[in-house]
Amino acid sequence: MTDYREMWKSLGLDLEAHDQLLAVIPQIYGDIYLSQEGRPEGMSYLDFVMSEIHGLRVKELNDLRASGGKVIGTFCLYVPEEIVLASGAVCVGICGGADWPSDEADRVLPRNLCPLIKSFMSFKLAKVCPYFESSDMIVGETTCDGKKKVYEVLGEYTNVYVMHTPQMKDGTSRQLWRTEVEKFKNKMEGLTGNKIDSDALARGIATVNAKRAALKRLNDMRKAVPTPISGKDALLIQQVAFYDDPIRFTEMVNKINDELEKRIAAGVGVADKDAPRILVSGCPMAIPNWKLHHIVESAGAVIVAEEACIGHRYFRDMVNETGIDTDEKLDAIADRYMKLDCACFTPNKERLDNILSLVKEYKADGVIHYSLQFCDPFTVEYASVEKTLKGAGIPVLKIETDYSMEDAGQLSTRVEAFLETIRETQGVVM
Amino acid sequence: MFVGIDIGSRCIKVVALNGSGIEDFQIADTGFNPYERSLGMIKPYKAKRIVATGYGRHFAREDFADEVITEIKAHAIGTRYLFPNCRTIIDIGGQDSKAISLDENGRVIDFQMNDRCAAGTGKFLEIMARTLGFTIDEFGSQCMFADKVIRINSMCTVFAESEVVSLLAKKEDPKSIGLGLHKSIVERVSAMVSRIGVNDDIVISGGVGRNPCIKMLFEQKLGRKICAYIYPEIAGALGAAIAAMSGSYLNSC
Repeated sequence: MTDYREMWKSLGLDLEAHDQLLAVIPQIYGDIYLSQEGRPEGMSYLDFVMSEIHGLRVKELNDLRASGGKVIGTFCLYVPEEIVLASGAVCVGICGGADWPSDEADRVLPRNLCPLIKSFMSFKLAKVCPYFESSDMIVGETTCDGKKKVYEVLGEYTNVYVMHTPQMKDGTSRQLWRTEVEKFKNKMEGLTGNKIDSDALARGIATVNAKRAALKRLNDMRKAVPTPISGKDALLIQQVAFYDDPIRFTEMVNKINDELEKRIAAGVGVADKDAPRILVSGCPMAIPNWKLHHIVESAGAVIVAEEACIGHRYFRDMVNETGIDTDEKLDAIADRYMKLDCACFTPNKERLDNILSLVKEYKADGVIHYSLQFCDPFTVEYASVEKTLKGAGIPVLKIETDYSMEDAGQLSTRVEAFLETIRETQGVVM
Repeated sequence: MFVGIDIGSRCIKVVALNGSGIEDFQIADTGFNPYERSLGMIKPYKAKRIVATGYGRHFAREDFADEVITEIKAHAIGTRYLFPNCRTIIDIGGQDSKAISLDENGRVIDFQMNDRCAAGTGKFLEIMARTLGFTIDEFGSQCMFADKVIRINSMCTVFAESEVVSLLAKKEDPKSIGLGLHKSIVERVSAMVSRIGVNDDIVISGGVGRNPCIKMLFEQKLGRKICAYIYPEIAGALGAAIAAMSGSYLNSC
């Protein structure tokens, strides 16, 4: 394996802490991922990406920077990747899915805050995320109070730019967002020194649309019974979508897609035909947050879709490619992002409708509503999700948790009991 | 013989069934080696099938159990056997408190479970009884007729303990403090019960079902009669034993 220590050192990582962090991942990855049976061969690419999680990709980013390119770190679907790419820069999701360095955040943040925010703040303060240290600018957004305020704190440690995301979907909100999109374009032009013209936007839009289309194709195949890919593997692919080179990633996902098509034609699946099919709905699961998927699939069910930011919300909507000039293309970008049904919106009936239609399309037997602790938008919105699902006769289980494993035993009892009730209603009666 | 074993955080319970009913049961402290303890407890029986439940069910499956089911399902089956009209179960065990809702056929349709916190569990009562100088067996019966209730404000077991200590220092009556502690458990668990919706008959199971004060306070709070089996802690093991006998749990987790 290549030695990246010099690179990490030059990025200013705390090498000792970083070593400890990296030492944990292979063990967890082996237990959760490599132990699965019947994985698609194409997953070897993801295994490779994970084995290089802080290596090759970080090197690529830093090679780009050495030649004058810029790297933009993000935490949210709301940052328009199309514009980042159009400016010649590259977009990466920043570490925020693990609680290993969590004590660091306690120095500057309140304790009762969502684990994702605490995690990314810890990664920054502990200097253990090479993506953070490779980013020329972090783009934040005002999707929730926690993040909104934390970007002020983060701004003391790194270059942060915040986009004012709307919380309603009316005309004024759309106008606000369209202005923000334009401002972001100007910001990216200033940062990179590259003019973002109509052709550049067209290329950015095409690249990201292709990536979303590949993910959509992947997810469409999870509708098959039996499903040809585990929820864990599908989750991993969707997580890596935020890190990897978009063109290479799209190509590799489409290779997996070709393989899955053959599997479906041959009736090959990763779980029994009658394994309960679960839709996970709610908060994003940043790498390496595989906890819930692992618990659910270890209990004999299969996760068939994620109604989440790492999931359908990311790839469902494309940017309309028919825009002629820069203005129309920015309009199309703004419109695409306005369709996101994040729980930060009010009202947010679209999300309820989308959950219901996903349950139908994916033939889900039940929904697990996942929220990170202290995530007000999603924990509060659970009440209407529950009402909607129960009203439609669909079993739903609420899980509220963080990145630690201390509640794994309780969670597995809840999940297993939920699966027991689903199986009983399916006719496997005591 | 069909055996059900409920490996809880506080106690291990075993029920052995023959063709006509409960042949034998045991209750023992989980101790520091639950695995050895479990083996010792199932050894006396020539079991045709063993079904395990409780937090230790997974190690049991790896070793001696033919099948495992969750505590929630086990309590549903066991309680329904004892009380055929039961529709709501309140199960307060060592670390977990649960409210389980059953349909008219006894199938679990909904449940609520405490989060990672001891407030509202048997362990909470145990710690408080000790702080107040009661044995766990006499705690409920001693406190239920206290002259007044002293409210305990802390949600956290550890802080509740220091609150109790400072009340004792003010020479408050331990029985009144104890009644307040019982009330705080009932309020916590009632919130779970109200989320699943109450249907009669309500049965309290788990070790805390032995506590008359808890039962009385639930009846006051919910305005309904609460049933309890004479050995409420074996309901889960009984459910597991019935599952072992009926054998139609094959696809369970």
